[in-house]
Amino acid sequence: MSMKASSRQVDGVTIVDCSGRITLGEGSVILKDAVRELLSKGQKKILLNLGDVSYIDSSGIGELVSAFTTVRNQGGDLKLLNLTKKVHDLLQITKLYTVFDVKEDEATAVKSFK
Amino acid sequence: MTNHRVSYTLDSTLETVDSAERTATRIASETGFDDDEVMRIAMAVREAAVNAVLHGNAYDPGKKVILAFERIGQDLVITIQDQGKGMDLNKIPDPLAPENLLKTSGRGIFLIRSFMDEVQIHPSQAGTEIKLIKHVHGPSGGGKEASQ
Repeated sequence: MSMKASSRQVDGVTIVDCSGRITLGEGSVILKDAVRELLSKGQKKILLNLGDVSYIDSSGIGELVSAFTTVRNQGGDLKLLNLTKKVHDLLQITKLYTVFDVKEDEATAVKSFK
Repeated sequence: MTNHRVSYTLDSTLETVDSAERTATRIASETGFDDDEVMRIAMAVREAAVNAVLHGNAYDPGKKVILAFERIGQDLVITIQDQGKGMDLNKIPDPLAPENLLKTSGRGIFLIRSFMDEVQIHPSQAGTEIKLIKHVHGPSGGGKEASQ
């Protein structure tokens, strides 16, 4: 299943609902393009909903890191929502779980953006 | 898969990466590993295939990737070989080092080592061979056997 990303606005926060696989090639490119497009529109409060992401490889992890640093460098913030166990475990072993702000509840996550 | 070897000669393309992962998923499952272990083995193979296609062969259409699966005793042994210049083992970064945490690449070998029981990397001027070993556990020392 290839990756899909669609965005919606909730109280000034852009929630990107991701599904499928974030892997080398198409999946990583779709994520990169989605974040770039949001930033170009001035939408800098981004919540990546990864609840339907079934798989991430090292390239996908790299793309998450790239999105995080790109948004931060532009004065915004990017947080993660609804990690599956596989993605959670991957972020744990790569020590990225403490780098990202990871949320489990959408309403709480939206409120956490300043 | 009872003490026999299957090997595949693959092009240096992204399709090879996906194909290697699918094949690893099938063989690991047939060997009797549970779903979590199958995922780990398949991801290790995927990352090794990425290294072979991108960093080893650099997408060169004249170079191939050799992927082999073999059951040796109580081990599933997977070999991925490229025809590149040979990996420089001294240049593999530690992705957990604070200065590398926000790097966008360099986690492939780390994930491979995390997911397999043993990893042997043999670089040479003819390419890099990486050997991934997973011990097979189970009531009969192997669980289900692979279909032939």
